[in-house]
Amino acid sequence: MRSFGTPEFLFMLRATQWTVALSLIAYAGGGALGLVLAFMRVSGHRLANGVARAWILLFQCTPLLMLLFLVFFGLALAGHGQNAYFAVTVALSCYAGAYFGEIWRGAIEAVPQGQWQASAALGFSRAEQFRHVIVPQSLRIATPPTVGFMVQVVKNTSLASIIGFQELTQASQFVNNLTFQPISVYLVAAALYFILCFPLTLLSRRLEKRLHVDRPAPLAA
Amino acid sequence: MGYTFQFGAVLASLDLLAKGAWLTVQLSLAAMLAGLAFGTLFAVLRSFGGRGAGIAIGAYVECIRNTPFLIQLFLIYFGLPSLGIALDPVEAALIGMSVNCAAYSTEIIRSGIMAVPRGQIEAARALAFSTTDIIRHIVLFPALRVAAPALGSQFVLVMLGSSVVSTVSAEELTAVGHVLETETFRPFEVYIIVTLIYLLIAFALKLLFAWLEQAWFSRRGRA
Repeated sequence: MRSFGTPEFLFMLRATQWTVALSLIAYAGGGALGLVLAFMRVSGHRLANGVARAWILLFQCTPLLMLLFLVFFGLALAGHGQNAYFAVTVALSCYAGAYFGEIWRGAIEAVPQGQWQASAALGFSRAEQFRHVIVPQSLRIATPPTVGFMVQVVKNTSLASIIGFQELTQASQFVNNLTFQPISVYLVAAALYFILCFPLTLLSRRLEKRLHVDRPAPLAA
Repeated sequence: MGYTFQFGAVLASLDLLAKGAWLTVQLSLAAMLAGLAFGTLFAVLRSFGGRGAGIAIGAYVECIRNTPFLIQLFLIYFGLPSLGIALDPVEAALIGMSVNCAAYSTEIIRSGIMAVPRGQIEAARALAFSTTDIIRHIVLFPALRVAAPALGSQFVLVMLGSSVVSTVSAEELTAVGHVLETETFRPFEVYIIVTLIYLLIAFALKLLFAWLEQAWFSRRGRA
């Protein structure tokens, strides 16, 4: 029987690249989708708002694992074979998009109404109001929770292992099956995830302090 | 694509699904109660319990919050037996979910405690309240009221996350889905039904928490 040594560790380290890659893909796909959803939510258009709301509610109230299964088997039904990579990409993006969309909608709506009115009074068009007045302020509000949610995405890529995608969790299961040293193997896996996630957690906390979102900004004297 | 959906075989096993859903609900409620109890205790200890307790609890919270639930579950289910602690799948799932939920609850309740105005605590001290009395009569109620909405959404996430315990063969809703999938060869239909059941449970929990929040926190005066 093999024991847990350097080659096994390197194998897990290589699989960690896929964890990182999946996270980045989910940020890109989820970020794009989240932007669209956030805009639909604040557009003032009833149908667009309703559709985006339903999407967000649906994806925040179903387990990510079910989403993975449905996309995985749904793609197979549509004749695309059982492609774990594609399924994970689509499912993670849909999931992350729903959360990003809701975070960003909240950030946009947190900007006081008076800001819209004041910029309208200054003759800004709706797009200009958005671009020059609202977005810069909502970015401050949105950044800490966005970074915080990015941690959730990294951790949730571990579910891809269940449909057979070889990222860090799947690789550790594989190594564990070879070595039967579950404690060392899974502690190392946990440590690798921690190394990916903790800097993001710290960053989110620092941003929150620096951007003073936790307390109202002091009025200029 | 020439696929016809056939829900018949799945719907014939609705009793099995109901059994799985019931275990999901039981596990989730138990983990929520444990999370609430330990979360409150840890949050109070972290805020009022001195340096040592603060560091220990902080480390626990960060370790849990920065690693995937799946890995935590594997450590408990596959790791503990090699230390001589054998657990059946449901026990492992319950411990894993509780440990996980408690860490998130600690952080949420702690931010509730930090939202209690310092002046109130100082005023209570000036009136010679002991620390225990301050925690009981001044801090806890407003802290939990502030924390309640976030706790509610966290608890829904705990329920949704419980689908992962199917990987250690706890026979909850998702695991029943696996069984039906292999019996009926209709994975898509099976998981649509399972997803709908999760949706129902999630909506029911949301309603329950909204109602509890209303009942416990809205009629009393503001802190």
